[in-house]
Amino acid sequence: MVARSVVGMEDTEQRWSVEQVLALAPDAASHKAGTRLAVPGPWSGTGTAGPSGDGGGAVVWGLCAGSGGKPYRTAVDLAGPAFNCSCPSRKFPCKHALGVLLLWARRELPAGTHEAEPPEWVAQWCAKRTAAVREKAARRDGGGAAGGPQAARRRTERRAQRVAAGAVELEARLVDQLRGGLATGREDQHGWHGVAARMVDAQAPGLAARARELGAIPMSGGDWPSRLLEEYAMLHLLARGCLALDSLPGPLADTVRARLGFTTVGAELLAGPTLRDSWLVLAQQDSVDGAMTTRRIWLRGVRSGRSALLLSFGAAGRAPEVALPVGRSLEAELAYHPGGLPLRAALGTRHGPPVPGHTPQGVPVGEALSGYGEALRADPWLDEWPVVLSGVVPIPDQSGWQLADGQGDSALPVDPRRLGRPGLWRLAAVSGGHPVTVFGTVGHRGFTPLTTWSAGDGAAQAVAL
Amino acid sequence: MSITERAAPAWEELVSAALLGTARRRPPIETGDEHPDPAAALLDAAAVATVRRRAGLRPARSAPHPAPAPDDPRPLPPPAARARLRDLLNDRTHQGGSGGGRRGAAPSLAELLPQWLAAAGRHGYRAPAAVLPDLLDAARARTDLRPDALALAGPRAVWLAELNPEWRFALRAGNRGAAGDAAADPQAARRLWAEGLFAERVALLTGVRERDPAAGLALLSGTWAQERAEDRLLFLDALRGGLGPDDEPFLEQALTDRSRNVRATAAELLSALPGSALSHRMAERALACVALDRTGVVPRIAVEAPHACDPAMERDGVTAGPPPGRGERSWWLGQLVEGAPLGIWPARFGGRTPEQIVALEVADDWQPDLHAAWCRAAVRQRDAEWARALLGPPPVPAGAVVAVGDPAKLLSVLPENERAVWVAEFVAGHGLSEAFQLLGACAVPWAEPLGRAVVDALDIAREAGSYPWSFSGVMGLAERCLDPALADRLDPLTATPEDGSNASPGAGAYWSEAFQRLVSTLRLRAAMLAELAG
Repeated sequence: MVARSVVGMEDTEQRWSVEQVLALAPDAASHKAGTRLAVPGPWSGTGTAGPSGDGGGAVVWGLCAGSGGKPYRTAVDLAGPAFNCSCPSRKFPCKHALGVLLLWARRELPAGTHEAEPPEWVAQWCAKRTAAVREKAARRDGGGAAGGPQAARRRTERRAQRVAAGAVELEARLVDQLRGGLATGREDQHGWHGVAARMVDAQAPGLAARARELGAIPMSGGDWPSRLLEEYAMLHLLARGCLALDSLPGPLADTVRARLGFTTVGAELLAGPTLRDSWLVLAQQDSVDGAMTTRRIWLRGVRSGRSALLLSFGAAGRAPEVALPVGRSLEAELAYHPGGLPLRAALGTRHGPPVPGHTPQGVPVGEALSGYGEALRADPWLDEWPVVLSGVVPIPDQSGWQLADGQGDSALPVDPRRLGRPGLWRLAAVSGGHPVTVFGTVGHRGFTPLTTWSAGDGAAQAVAL
Repeated sequence: MSITERAAPAWEELVSAALLGTARRRPPIETGDEHPDPAAALLDAAAVATVRRRAGLRPARSAPHPAPAPDDPRPLPPPAARARLRDLLNDRTHQGGSGGGRRGAAPSLAELLPQWLAAAGRHGYRAPAAVLPDLLDAARARTDLRPDALALAGPRAVWLAELNPEWRFALRAGNRGAAGDAAADPQAARRLWAEGLFAERVALLTGVRERDPAAGLALLSGTWAQERAEDRLLFLDALRGGLGPDDEPFLEQALTDRSRNVRATAAELLSALPGSALSHRMAERALACVALDRTGVVPRIAVEAPHACDPAMERDGVTAGPPPGRGERSWWLGQLVEGAPLGIWPARFGGRTPEQIVALEVADDWQPDLHAAWCRAAVRQRDAEWARALLGPPPVPAGAVVAVGDPAKLLSVLPENERAVWVAEFVAGHGLSEAFQLLGACAVPWAEPLGRAVVDALDIAREAGSYPWSFSGVMGLAERCLDPALADRLDPLTATPEDGSNASPGAGAYWSEAFQRLVSTLRLRAAMLAELAG
């Protein structure tokens, strides 16, 4: 094993906040179970050690008494973070890992059991992990995908052909439907699911997702024919864009590709130019679709003023890999995905741990809407544009919520799809009828509040909504 | 931002063409060479219109702003305590996740929420605004949390409750909200009393009574004749707070009320007023039934229960008809003795103390009836001396437990330390199986020697080899009520012992788990209180 610094982690690593730990929980049940285990009772042999100096991070470990005779061995490498536990849980991280991290975050690791050197089982796991990370890096450096660059290009061409064929089919379907009338499609919701499935086969997930949504709009209340025609039109626009890719200006072509579902691997992006800034974490939201969790993390560069969106995914009981503490800022490198409207980005090297952030500067609602309008010029399919509103008052109302300028009579309605969320009441509670700063996304159906900042005592606290 | 507003009627025409189909209706668009197909042309035009509309969205007109919430000058709890509160509330909302069945070794956080709220209230904190919705939801689901939760939540919770009908309860609880403000302002009080909803009026009356009993009585007597019977009953109940001699004329009048329940409540309130005319009348009637008989070798109590329940007795709240299986005369006797002031008895029995009176023999098997009535009187009149006398010393181990009245209720009249000592002796003699209600009557945290007695009794139960879930009620109480300082003393019990020869299989491991939970809950409570102290 590699020699570790035996200084306590107080000196070498910023301690995580409880929120940071809980953001790792793969679901609500783990969140609860982890919190329940975050008491000294069942734990023994706990300890922490600083980074190993060969790529491994600081580690936290402990033995947790379970229902069986033998205690579970739990260890966490904070650099990944990576988790290891001898329990049979398929959750990842499991409740034991969350529990020991919570104890550590709260400085409640049972006293008198701290060890300067990790025990044998922790050391072995760390050594194995470091070796695996190195091997992976070596594989990546050594030529990437199988078959070399030529094969890769052939694959890309084949996919482009498939996607184009999918767009042709989709376009024909849209035109057909318009000829027969939208009203006749009302019984045909399953039809769009079939189309979506064929778009998946055509390797065009962007088209597939939009086609699937079309099936849900008819009879969804309100002015559904208008909304349906809008979405038909926007999907038509995307399909046309796909078929005319070669003749589009570069940035717009990149936007169309991104909307179709072509993605660039983060590692490739990060090999190119990156933007280093102190990134304020504005919000982190998870949405669950079947077994897949999608996490959106919204950032804003303190020096550059630029917005960024980090997307990460977690499948089958695993939390998405990236978790950042809302309200803190992080000195790091980002690489934007190509497109006319650079927004989605990949997170590269982090220079230091997250530090306490500040309340961001915002704009009144009129400017938020015109900002969205501007952004549509580069990406007409955009339906969530990040914006910080300043000095707005949340107004709960039977017919729907609004965020209104503290001065004047302009207001932004809350997206009707968000009206049931408990976060709205949290926003009202923090505001108490006074103007507040709110971060959220604005789209053509309204505003989705994600974070607010409460004055409280001393420094402002970010409150997730 | 108005989502449906269109630049021109063209959009509506596009939609209707799309709904009917371009095969049936030609869309209102030129179809050039680029799009021979009108359907494709329609989609093009719709795409342009859609992007134009989205890019040109304007702000909507703001609805009227809510009035700002009143200021709450109280300080926030320290950061660690705030994080703890979020945990406790989270555990509640995530209840029913995995592992809901067995409790395991981890503490139940939701059970600690009431203590956290009460302790935070004693420190004079206010709840952080961001947790108010969760706190209100918790209080909505559990009425026992409401007083402490709402006190901590303060005026902003009332402000929220006015906006969200799900939290209406926060408006009517106690002297808060509109009622709380109005209670301090006579004019506002009169207006709210005249126009308010029933619940608001009860809250108002309770609040005014706390500040100025006479003003509260004036409000109620002003409208008394017009109130509905079921409302009168609850208004009358609200007079309990600040009850005094000045209320007597009004209550005397209520004795003639049309509603029987109102009459009974008025009589009960009057009998709790030691100098009231009603209590004199009840005293006279009771004295007529109970006397000291000196004819025997040993003086004893002679009882001559009433032979009839006359209209005057009924007017004073005596119920004429006994419940099934109960004799009329003993039923009437019980009510008379219960309604008479306890202070009359020493003189009746030759200057004897309550203890000596309780020790007197009672003739003709009247003892259970007489003592039970004294117990009820002691509880109603909060008379510690009589409660002590009636409870007697804790029953000895060998003796059967003969309950006189309701020991838990009698205990509640005694000072806290005395309660703890009495129950500790009871537990030491009888173990835990019959102690649950008695323990519930003791103040938290349990004062010594009660805590030690409970721990010792649990240890004995474990050694006896029974399963811990036979004691789960007491265990749960102990987790919430034991002094956290006992955690270290309990530590040795968390080890898993070998199952003894007479033990139930596996009991040792379950006990160790139960004790682990007990110890970790106690430590958690200690940490919780330390965090609040900052």
